[in-house]
Amino acid sequence: MSGAGSTERTFLRMALGHPAFVIGFVLSAVFVALALISFVWTPFDPTRLSIATKLQTPSLHHWFGTDHFGRDMFSMIMVGARVSIAVAFIAVGIGMIVGVPLGLYAAARRGSFIDEIIMRGNDLVFAFPSLLLAIMITAVFGPGAVNAIIAIGIFNVPVFARLSRGAALSLWTRDFILAARVAGKGAARISAEHILPNIANLLIVQGTIQFSLAILAEAALAYVGLGAQPPLPSWGRMLADAQTLISLAPHMALFPGFAIIITVLGLNLMGDGLRDLFDPKLRRER
Amino acid sequence: MTRTSIAAAAVSILALGLAFGPAPALAARTDASIGMQLEPPNLDPTGGAAAAIDEVVYANVFEGLTRFGADGSILPALAESWEISEDGLTYTFKLRSGAKFHDGSAFDAEDVKFSLNRARADDSTNAQKALFADIASVEVVDPATVKVTLSKPNGSFLFNMAWGDAVIVAPETAADNAAKPVGTGPFAFGEWVKGDRVDLVRNPDYWGEPVKLEKVTFKFISDPTAAFAAMMAGDLDAYPAFPAPENLTQFEADPRFAVIIGSSEGETILAMNNKKPPLDDIRVRQAITHAIDRQAIIDGALFGYGTPIGTHFAPHNPAYVDLTAQSAYDPEKSKALLAEAGVSDLTLSLKLPPPSYARRGGEIIAAQLREVGINTEITNVEWAQWLEDVFKGKNFDLTVISHTEPMDIGIYARDDYYFQYADPDFKKIMDDLANATDPAKRTELMQAAQKKIADDYVNAYLFQLPRTGVTNVKLKGLWPNSPTQANDMTGVYWEE
Repeated sequence: MSGAGSTERTFLRMALGHPAFVIGFVLSAVFVALALISFVWTPFDPTRLSIATKLQTPSLHHWFGTDHFGRDMFSMIMVGARVSIAVAFIAVGIGMIVGVPLGLYAAARRGSFIDEIIMRGNDLVFAFPSLLLAIMITAVFGPGAVNAIIAIGIFNVPVFARLSRGAALSLWTRDFILAARVAGKGAARISAEHILPNIANLLIVQGTIQFSLAILAEAALAYVGLGAQPPLPSWGRMLADAQTLISLAPHMALFPGFAIIITVLGLNLMGDGLRDLFDPKLRRER
Repeated sequence: MTRTSIAAAAVSILALGLAFGPAPALAARTDASIGMQLEPPNLDPTGGAAAAIDEVVYANVFEGLTRFGADGSILPALAESWEISEDGLTYTFKLRSGAKFHDGSAFDAEDVKFSLNRARADDSTNAQKALFADIASVEVVDPATVKVTLSKPNGSFLFNMAWGDAVIVAPETAADNAAKPVGTGPFAFGEWVKGDRVDLVRNPDYWGEPVKLEKVTFKFISDPTAAFAAMMAGDLDAYPAFPAPENLTQFEADPRFAVIIGSSEGETILAMNNKKPPLDDIRVRQAITHAIDRQAIIDGALFGYGTPIGTHFAPHNPAYVDLTAQSAYDPEKSKALLAEAGVSDLTLSLKLPPPSYARRGGEIIAAQLREVGINTEITNVEWAQWLEDVFKGKNFDLTVISHTEPMDIGIYARDDYYFQYADPDFKKIMDDLANATDPAKRTELMQAAQKKIADDYVNAYLFQLPRTGVTNVKLKGLWPNSPTQANDMTGVYWEE
């Protein structure tokens, strides 16, 4: 037990010594914290309109100013963070839950017809323009946060399927898998017990990167009006609202724009950091 | 590069000036490019309902017997004058002599007969067939005189003939007008670059006073940001219906531009599905109207440009009655009415088409309804979806829309119209109005109609859509108001 504890402590120490990871983690944590706080407290009601105080520049009263309806921008950013994070989290979750088993199954049946079908199907989804797919889903089911989640989730499936198949393929030739097979374990059990734990690091790193891409995708969908519907605030829609007002009230575009940039940057840095930390070769060099 | 050549030009002008005295002033420009938000689907005003068709060709390429003036009055066009019989059934039009179609053929009474019969035929594709419904026959008396007999008196017949849908076309070219319009107007069709622009050129053989502009280009720029940039860069000389009211203050501050605030025929309403429970209960509809603060919507969605209305009628019309007080903002009354109707936990769908008055106005309305306990589920829809789902399918509770046709209170008498009102008493008023020719009687009936729909709280009447235009300060003669869907370029010129 103490051995495991010391490994964890080593990992933590290494993580703290990795500046990209620390910066990324802090930036991401700020937005996660904002999103969590927004459940219990926001400075103002983000859906309450007050036309009389519209387009105010940032002040002590309204930290990020007000938008064209007089809503408090800071409150909207907080709730918008919640929407972005929730959409991205569920969408990446869908991608993992569907994509990883598909990839593992394809790897277990490598070279077979079913492997071909799964992987070519993934290629097809991968090749399909993601925004077009989202627009199609929206045309059928109507716009909304749930349909944005489905659309983004579908783009994430092939990413995880390819990654897990590729990683699993290299493991299937290893001796410890051979030993498991000799011991009479089936392909499903080997995938779950031996392969999955060994590719978990890869999945976490990729998941972090996909998470940032999903936040960008959600903002893009909301920007064209296909994401969360009003009155629920969303970063992408805040940008769209600001578009015609940019010369009149630049703060309306700046704050949601920075919120997106900082979150995506934070997640990417964190993903890079995690990759370095998990990579045994790099770890040895340290 | 450009800067160098300007500097070089300045130096040479200076040199010329020193040598020969002041350089002569440049001649006034004779072309204008006009921005429009939507591209027309075709260019035949007798074969399509899209406002963009008339915005290009009305009064410019095509003319009718009568036409709208800038103030909405009815003026003679291809009919020089007319006589109305005592019983109001026969209209004898004396036609303009010397008028010619752009293909060179002469305009005469046969063309009028052809155009009117074509528009009212059973297989006609005219979008406003109701305008011609009362015509019993069209007779050619002589090449310059045409006699129209009505089946019953119709006080608005001359008004109907002024619509873009009632323009006169030539039998030889009528079928091709959608792509290559041939009319009698002061401008002839030049070129249509799909997705970009339509060019019109001056018609040298025009019967009336020749126009001052040699070429007019209508450019289609739907994105408000791009439209703003195009105006600022000088690519456009005017944008008569500028889509982003928030930019108007910037244009006002810039001496290069003039901002024209006029009124349009656009009654903007929160339409309610009158047959769908609980909106079939008049108390619920009345509660919704009292929950709405019109001024907040005008300030928030239109940056203050817009006139509150209390019924479906344009405030600049002499017959308008101000009924805004009847549905004044009163959230307490609204809550009381909802309680009386026994409605609680109400969630209504609110479908919003693309224009910013609808999208922004809808968000404000949703917030105001929330204050009285009505939740809304906002869905932003594209135009095609709106027409399919709301207008045809009637699959909605609430929607925000501007009705831009002139004098369109008659839509409340239509049986299968999307807000599903069609009240028999209202239909009676409209029938009486159609038969009335006496102006005083007509005004009385129009006011009765306005009161009837306000009393029945059919829809929530929000505001008259302003016509907010931006022009180069030197371009004069554009219509400030829009009595019909048109960009009449006949009186437009550059001030030197």
